Amino acid sequence: MLGTGAALAAAALLLLVHAEAGAGRAALADARTERLVAALGLTDLALFTEASYTRHPSLTDLNTPFQDSPLSFEHFPTGSLMQPPLSLVHPHVAKH
Amino acid sequence: MSRSIERQLHLIDFTVGSILRRKGKNGALLLVYTLVIFVLASVLFFTRSLRAEAAAVLKNAPDIIVQRTLTGRYQFIPMGYADSLRTIRGVASIAPRLWGYYYDGGFGANYTLMVPNDSTVQPGTIEIGSGIARLRNIRVGDIVPLIGHDGNPQTYTVARILDNGSALVSADLLLMAAADYRSLSGIPDSFATDLVLTVRNPKEFPTIAEKITRLLPDTRPIVKNEILRTYDAVFNWRAGIILLLFTVVILAFFIFSFDKATGLSAEERKEIGILKAIGWETGDVLAMKFWEGIALSLMAFLAGAILAYVHVFFGSGFLFAPILKGWSTLYPSFSLAAHINAGDLAALFFLSVVPYTIATIAPAWRVAVIDPDAVMR
Repeated sequence: MLGTGAALAAAALLLLVHAEAGAGRAALADARTERLVAALGLTDLALFTEASYTRHPSLTDLNTPFQDSPLSFEHFPTGSLMQPPLSLVHPHVAKH
Repeated sequence: MSRSIERQLHLIDFTVGSILRRKGKNGALLLVYTLVIFVLASVLFFTRSLRAEAAAVLKNAPDIIVQRTLTGRYQFIPMGYADSLRTIRGVASIAPRLWGYYYDGGFGANYTLMVPNDSTVQPGTIEIGSGIARLRNIRVGDIVPLIGHDGNPQTYTVARILDNGSALVSADLLLMAAADYRSLSGIPDSFATDLVLTVRNPKEFPTIAEKITRLLPDTRPIVKNEILRTYDAVFNWRAGIILLLFTVVILAFFIFSFDKATGLSAEERKEIGILKAIGWETGDVLAMKFWEGIALSLMAFLAGAILAYVHVFFGSGFLFAPILKGWSTLYPSFSLAAHINAGDLAALFFLSVVPYTIATIAPAWRVAVIDPDAVMR
């Protein structure tokens, strides 16, 4: 059992080293992506493509999720996964 | 070696033997405990890395974006607005952006149409994100028909597929020339989707945003700081399903600790009674229970965290994909760079190891202070 514990601790250390080493590789990949972001003026991650306000949460407002009809509920599953940007919930925070 | 260290080593040796004597019970406990920590660590690693990735790649996002809205609905912005905004001191440049969405009924997917400002895309051609290429099995040189605003199909030749390394921001992009975009969408030449402002001094963002709202009350400026903060909030621990998951995990920890704290099994009580009868002191019994708690919770913590690391950074968080996809047909294939935060690991450690260890010691202390004869009866 002590051997298993030591093996787990060694594996955890190895993964921490892996994480550190991966940071350099990620920076190179990020540099290519950063150039694309700058060239196209991108604002959001392409993670949730199901609705405009989930595809571009940084550009959305509080009306968009409910725009289908005045009394409609926000119904896309992603809406339950993420919360609105801080600038919409606390506009005064965003200003400062 | 000092006597106290030697004593602790003997205690650890005895504790390991004691744990192994109850293999079935402790094994099951370790398995469930590891699973709980795996879920929590996976969420922590995944959201932390996604936030770090977003912060890294979006730092080149536009300084200020100006949208036009009427009663909460987006409107195209007249190009003439750019002339008004140019009068604001501190604005270095203004460029119109042309972009929108295209719903591909055949595949049930939404694409993001964009026009690059540097006119790199030739009319009649398009450049597509790797997600679209994968979904529709498109190669360079293929012809892609898109239905225009008038219902007529327009065809484009695929000139380039965007690098999959940038899929996290470009998987659903469909880049086209400005003339093609206007012809497809029907937006007149005098309008753009929104305007992008470059500002000389980032400290002036809030002041300029305020001036924009005063000058053009039907517009909404979105400053870069807000864009950068968006993903911090989106994947905050308070967000929807993440909060639910955290609640369930904390409840599971509570049940573990409660189960431990409410009492020992008859076998464990008997063991403590025998140890006391043969001369162990209460302090020795507590030290043994302390090592037992540490051994089980530390192993669960390490195993859970390692499995979570492998799941998120080697397996691209495949267990989260169905949740993240939602109704999206198009989902980027990406691998996250590992961003491990010492604070997250410390929180996970204290949440998993400390309460469990304390909960293991407490009932043992209650039993250890009773007369051994009474305990064994």
